[in-house]
Amino acid sequence: MVALLEAKALSAWHGPIRGLYELDLTVEQGGVTALLGANGAGKTTTLRALCNMVRRAGTTTFQGVDISRRSTEDIVRMGVAHVPEGRGTFVALTVEENLRLALHTRRDKAAAMRDRDLVFGYFPILQERLHQQAGTLSGGEQQMLAIGRALMLAPKLMLLDEPSFGLAPLIVREIFRILRQINEHEHVSMLIVEQNAALALDLADTVYLLETGKVVTSGPSALIQNDEALRKSYLGY
Amino acid sequence: MDFFIQQIASGLTSGAIYACVALGLVMIYVSTDHINFAQGEMAMFATYLAWAMINAGVPYWIAFGLTIAVAFFGGLFIQRVILKPLEHAPVLALVVCFIALLSIFNAIAGMIWSYTIKQFPSPFPSHDLFGNGLVSVQQLGVVGVTLVMLGLLTVFFRFTTLGLAMRAAAQNPASARLMGVRVAWMLALGWGLAASIGAIAGMLVAPIVFLDPNMMNGILVYGFASALVGGIGNPMGAVAGGFIVGVLENLVGSYVIGNELKLSFALVVVVGVLLLKPAGLFGRVIVRRV
Repeated sequence: MVALLEAKALSAWHGPIRGLYELDLTVEQGGVTALLGANGAGKTTTLRALCNMVRRAGTTTFQGVDISRRSTEDIVRMGVAHVPEGRGTFVALTVEENLRLALHTRRDKAAAMRDRDLVFGYFPILQERLHQQAGTLSGGEQQMLAIGRALMLAPKLMLLDEPSFGLAPLIVREIFRILRQINEHEHVSMLIVEQNAALALDLADTVYLLETGKVVTSGPSALIQNDEALRKSYLGY
Repeated sequence: MDFFIQQIASGLTSGAIYACVALGLVMIYVSTDHINFAQGEMAMFATYLAWAMINAGVPYWIAFGLTIAVAFFGGLFIQRVILKPLEHAPVLALVVCFIALLSIFNAIAGMIWSYTIKQFPSPFPSHDLFGNGLVSVQQLGVVGVTLVMLGLLTVFFRFTTLGLAMRAAAQNPASARLMGVRVAWMLALGWGLAASIGAIAGMLVAPIVFLDPNMMNGILVYGFASALVGGIGNPMGAVAGGFIVGVLENLVGSYVIGNELKLSFALVVVVGVLLLKPAGLFGRVIVRRV
């Protein structure tokens, strides 16, 4: 497999506080990588550092291009779609406007319209809610909208920050089922941060286990799933 | 009755100008969440540029267009060069910066063009519309220009992707960045548009109040009142607010409190709106799920 995204000695700070310590991380082309760990382990910080949303050090390459010093906007335009913590909904815009925003950065308008139909195929509810103010959507619908917005960017890599956050188990399962489809059918690689370890282990092929800003262990998810000691001490089940 | 109609007509005319000033304020408010106290002086300065061009023999409408373009880049420049370094500064620092801009523009205009009042040409003939002395072509023209501008802005923000990107950047900058929107440039664009709108307001008002460095002082207060009445985040509301304030101010001035107290009326409106309906008449309360 080929590395799509590679981070070497990635460190990050929140103001004066250091959140990440020289992390090495690889996301394979076409793969799903999960970052697991307790609250405060540095999972969200890792995603933000990869997109240059926080002060950071170390090198990041995407498709072999050094993106360590690129702006967040440029990294997004290169094909990294970040579905942020809290979903990042534009609450006062309609669902349609939330999705259409992607056209601002895309030249191929016809392909963008096809992608919109693709989004409606995965999330039919968004089409029903098309002209509703996005702030009035339920949490699950807003998460679908966030993934839909990311898909509209025709990404090569999706960074997903706790897509299950605050949602009912039934909806979480539905969203993870769709994420798997997106990964398989649209060939979008994924780096996913999750509290719900069991779900993430199911979806991911590679797992990194984080504790206080450092990688404890990493490897194929099947190995981690079967390592009872690891599971008990870090994943709590 | 004739006097009443005249008051309404001239109220609508000044209302149109307040609406332009309010639109400029709204433009900066929605894109950056700030109130630009220098909006009036920027407009005044742009009007002087137009005056200088016209005096140099440039035809009116060409000078009009050029001034709008120069103002646009001026606004862009102010945001990029002066305000960008203050990105993370506290709000009070920005307020001081806006007030500094206000007095700098005022002083530079006075220095270059002196404080004596000057005549500014109007593109519209001053004769009557119907020949009965009630409504002039000039008044109709001022109202027309304002409505056209509102129409263009509405189309821009509703139907173009760039307008949509500006709204998104204002609402949720972090999330807009994650959609690839260059937020910093959207803010600069907001300033450019505001400066252009201000320039139009200045060129519309100058034939009526005459051109001098202090011509926008009172008008800015009315502009604030209009923006607040309409809801500070809403261009359509700003224009409606402008007309409401313009007409009310004229009627109250001629029938109730006299012309001298007209400006205090604007301040009463500001306080009244903030007390009774802080979102403004047309302001939208945004529904959020937490």
